[in-house]
Amino acid sequence: MEQTGQPHNVSIENLDVFIEANHILKNINLTIPEKSITCIIGPSGCGKSTLLRTLNRMHDETPEVRISGKVTVDGQNIYAPRVDVINVRKKMGLLAQRPCPLPMSVFDNVAYGLRIHGMRNRKDINQRVVQYLQYVGLWDEIQGRVKSSAARLSVGQQQRLCLARGLAIEPEYILGDEATSSLDPISTKKIEELFLKLKEKYTIILVTHTLRQARRIADYLIFMYMGEIVEAAPAEQFFNNPRCQLTVDYLSGSFS
Amino acid sequence: MKQFRIIINKFVRQTMLGIAVLSLLLLVVIGLTLLVKALPVIKEHSLWALLTDSSWKPFKGDFGFLPFVLSTLHVSIIAIIIALPVSLLTAIYLNTFASKTIRHFFEPAIDLLSGIPPVIYGVWGTLTIVPFIADTLAPHFVDYSSGYSVLAGGITLSVMIIPLLISVLIELFRSVPDEIIHASLSLGATKWQTVKKVILRKSFPGIIAAVVLAVSRAFGETIAVLMVCGNMAIIPKSIFDACYPLPALIANNYGEMLSMPNYESALMLGALLLFMIIVFFNGISRLTLYHIEKRFQM
Repeated sequence: MEQTGQPHNVSIENLDVFIEANHILKNINLTIPEKSITCIIGPSGCGKSTLLRTLNRMHDETPEVRISGKVTVDGQNIYAPRVDVINVRKKMGLLAQRPCPLPMSVFDNVAYGLRIHGMRNRKDINQRVVQYLQYVGLWDEIQGRVKSSAARLSVGQQQRLCLARGLAIEPEYILGDEATSSLDPISTKKIEELFLKLKEKYTIILVTHTLRQARRIADYLIFMYMGEIVEAAPAEQFFNNPRCQLTVDYLSGSFS
Repeated sequence: MKQFRIIINKFVRQTMLGIAVLSLLLLVVIGLTLLVKALPVIKEHSLWALLTDSSWKPFKGDFGFLPFVLSTLHVSIIAIIIALPVSLLTAIYLNTFASKTIRHFFEPAIDLLSGIPPVIYGVWGTLTIVPFIADTLAPHFVDYSSGYSVLAGGITLSVMIIPLLISVLIELFRSVPDEIIHASLSLGATKWQTVKKVILRKSFPGIIAAVVLAVSRAFGETIAVLMVCGNMAIIPKSIFDACYPLPALIANNYGEMLSMPNYESALMLGALLLFMIIVFFNGISRLTLYHIEKRFQM
């Protein structure tokens, strides 16, 4: 097992994922260090997004996917029978590749998660929405426009809205699936700064498409190739002193 | 050579514009023809009198259209009231909850249903719906009903528009981007919550459009309704009374007008009314849709 030697609440054991007949993830063993940023990198098609999606059981929505192995989150195997998927997903906030605000107002977007999990008190909802809009820096930018449609925000603002929406239900983990790939550099920077701030309280796992982003924000790296983990190490060691030749080649840009 | 290409391009463009205008003109031409044909009866009675009068006695020269207009509306409204919930729930189930196997079985079957000729629905309605209403349902509410009634028409029509509605709605729900659905699910929403708060909301304008399509179809449906409605020119007092929708009136009587003065003209007015109801209804719903979309900002 790839061990980072750090305290962790997420561990993956003997994970195999198939999509129809294709073996997408091959015998993944991994632990994710808590309260830090772990970046999953690798060439496209290597299975990094698939790995991320096993963590909040989003594969349940695709009947072609078959999963074996164990994913333990806070001591519970989330693939054990009778596990409540809703709780798993509530715990794992997902930030998708492209921002996708729900077809409702800015306010209702953030309140959505709260309401579906049964929060009814208007004052509580209001307070929570404002709190997280402030946290992601949207509150001041859109002051007074919380009742207007979320689709009117810029793409960068939409992504921060999605982050606020995810944070509002108070998850314990944040999953990012190339969360900045559709954003301009300034919006990307804002999201990255938020991740750096968030890692004090959350365990963050990001699939990233750029090595440079990984260099900027990662504490730990997982390098995947063809559905397997090639190397998992703390950022400094990974970039300065990689163990595998494949990693060296990837870092030097021989393939991508 | 270059010149030639441009001329061809221009020619093709103009020709297609002409054809497009022509198909639009068809609408105007049909409307005008009906209007011209209907003018004699309008001149004699005034449009208002024709629309508000409920007595239909062609041999005496009484042409009251109120029963027919009301019948058309009643039957169509009942049809959509029955069809919409059924179609919505079926489409939601097939789109969101059903497994692939179930979907692959159901969807062609539904398409098949919409291909069944109306006359078969009419026969089926006569054989099952009409006796069911006469013997089982109506006795609970009214003293007597022959079964040939507004309700029979509504039910038969609803059965006919359900397949249409389902396929349009499935198409509609499928067009909701997966990403939005996944965004909702990844926040821990159940599928039903996602359906209620995201999918239905996102497709709301489309649902309205689908309803308009279905109701327009219901307005115009002739043969099946004609077979189960009883065709009596009275204003129905309950849904168990017979009625006489406009399309049935025209289909039953055109060609057998004998030599009664103005009868043909009156039937053409009936056609014009039907035509106008549909144009008007479509116009209103376009307008509504426009405002809804503006409000939803999607």
